[in-house]
Amino acid sequence: MTTDIYILGIETSCDETAASIIKNGHEIVSNIVASQIESQKRFGGVVPEIASRHHVEQITLVIEEALHVAGLEPADLNAVAVTEGPGLVGALLIGINAAKAFAFANGLPIIGVHHIAGHIYANQLMQQMEFPLLALIVSGGHTELVYMKDHGSFELIGETRDDAAGEAYDKVARVLGLPYPGGPQIDKLALASDDAVDFPRAWLEPDSYDFSFSGLKSAVINYKHNIEQKGGTIVPEHVAAGFQKSVIEVLTAKTVRAAKQYDVKQVIAAGGVAANKGLRASLDAAFEQENIPFYVPPISFCTDNAAMIAAAGTPMYMAGVRGDMSMNGRPGMQLTSWNE
Amino acid sequence: MIWLGIDTANTPLSVAIVKDGTVLAEVNSSMAVNHSLRAMSTIEELFATVQLQPKEIDAIAVSEGPGSYTGVRIGVTIAKTLAWTLKKPLVGVSSLKTLAANAFYFDGAICPIVDARRNNVYAGLYEYEDGHLNAIKEDGHFAIEDLLDSLKEYERPVLYIGKDVAMHEVAIREKMGENAIIAPFPLQLPRASSLIHMAQQSEREENIHAFTPEYRRIAEAEANWLMQQRKDKASE
Ligand SMILES: Nc1ncnc2c1ncn2[C@@H]1O[C@H](COP(=O)(O)OP(=O)(O)OP(=O)(O)O)[C@@H](O)[C@H]1O
Ligand SMILES: [Mg+2]
Repeated sequence: MTTDIYILGIETSCDETAASIIKNGHEIVSNIVASQIESQKRFGGVVPEIASRHHVEQITLVIEEALHVAGLEPADLNAVAVTEGPGLVGALLIGINAAKAFAFANGLPIIGVHHIAGHIYANQLMQQMEFPLLALIVSGGHTELVYMKDHGSFELIGETRDDAAGEAYDKVARVLGLPYPGGPQIDKLALASDDAVDFPRAWLEPDSYDFSFSGLKSAVINYKHNIEQKGGTIVPEHVAAGFQKSVIEVLTAKTVRAAKQYDVKQVIAAGGVAANKGLRASLDAAFEQENIPFYVPPISFCTDNAAMIAAAGTPMYMAGVRGDMSMNGRPGMQLTSWNE
Repeated sequence: MIWLGIDTANTPLSVAIVKDGTVLAEVNSSMAVNHSLRAMSTIEELFATVQLQPKEIDAIAVSEGPGSYTGVRIGVTIAKTLAWTLKKPLVGVSSLKTLAANAFYFDGAICPIVDARRNNVYAGLYEYEDGHLNAIKEDGHFAIEDLLDSLKEYERPVLYIGKDVAMHEVAIREKMGENAIIAPFPLQLPRASSLIHMAQQSEREENIHAFTPEYRRIAEAEANWLMQQRKDKASE
């Protein structure tokens, strides 16, 4: 006899208060996200104290809604999975303490999930992950290539040496005077552009899988500065297109090279920047040519959500990974394997 | 009637279970340990000590602030999640009133104080009357000098209570002279049993989801933003 596994996921690491219930690790039974973007916009970025205040206002509402939409009672659940880190510590603590109180009240085990493991497992909601697998994580705080030989096994083969891709997007957007969050705005401008400024590509050492985006960001700033000093004005579309082209070319080339070297069965992309239309198209085309299956979740599962946390929490639950009532927020948490 | 009380508003941690007017168990500490490490694990231990299941409690009392933003939020998040999922009533009580309740029968005004850094404090003024502890000055965030100036006009003995009073004792004694009474150490930590006692005399929260801390202070980013809005308006 097989019994279904229901995991409640909770995510509050940044500016989304989210709860979701996932059945058997891949079936979305409910997925609730309360975003703070409207409130945080006026500050031009996420203010940690404001984020924490919003999370307290929303947390029980989103959990209730997740249960309600699923038509489930707490007793129907197998465990609670919550983002333990990395992220804003004050924000993480709201999800973690709500998760602990909920788990304690209902006699459920609690599991602490790494936020990036969550982003990777967002793919499990769309199709079965097949190993060995290569994951490109591109988000607001991370740019990484992770090799997985099985569930819960993570080997970091490359990462950014300075800014994360999303961070670079947001900073360049600010230079161009675009509203927060800048990533989608640049994407839109770039796609509509008929020309692109030529910016440098940061390839680093020939065999390196690391990334660097701060030089590109400086190049954009200098470009704008030089033109304005001569009394001219920049064409934001052309700058956006040039910047995006540089980012996408490096991300695509390094991901393809790693996929071939590690001889993986599947490549997946994850994280907020994986919502980028230009990047999705470029990776799609490149892996089509290489004949390696490539997947990226729909845009709403690229940005922060709790379904991905429950999806990552399910194999952890099955592997016997458990947290306890002393779980703390871990802002600098490292992605470590739970299956070694 | 079984009550669970939780106070994590400042450095001290206090958790208690009270049954029909008897304290079954209470844990108090004032170690500077992150409340996320200790709050839920202490609650779990407390339930084991009194051999009760979470669903057997009838009501929850929580210290709603003011105090450390993160500290208050941990207690409030735990309390509202428990109250919502266990379907039990929730009562929020001022962290300052909870401190003042330590001197419940004191004949005079009680000024609970919590340090808020840079010579600022969270403080209130309470008085015991007909079996109730009434606020005679609203809880707030004050420069210590301003608070003492306003209390001086009061021209009566005032009891200062709270473990942070020690940080301001010199200023208090200097300004208030004979009218300054400093509570001794056994009264300086907030106690969840006192919190429950105060909660029993208060209204329950009508909407648990909407329950949030009483910060008594607007977030810095928001204050700056409001100031900028006003400036922009003025220059229009
Ligand atoms: N279409 C897009 N093109 C480029 N960037 C985008 C797009 N959509 C969102 N982003 C960027 O994605 C980032 C947000 O992604 P995400 O929510 O995964 O990051 P985070 O949760 O803040 O960081 P992390 O997951 O690393 O902790 C922002 O930097 C945003 O600008
Ligand atoms: Mg994220």
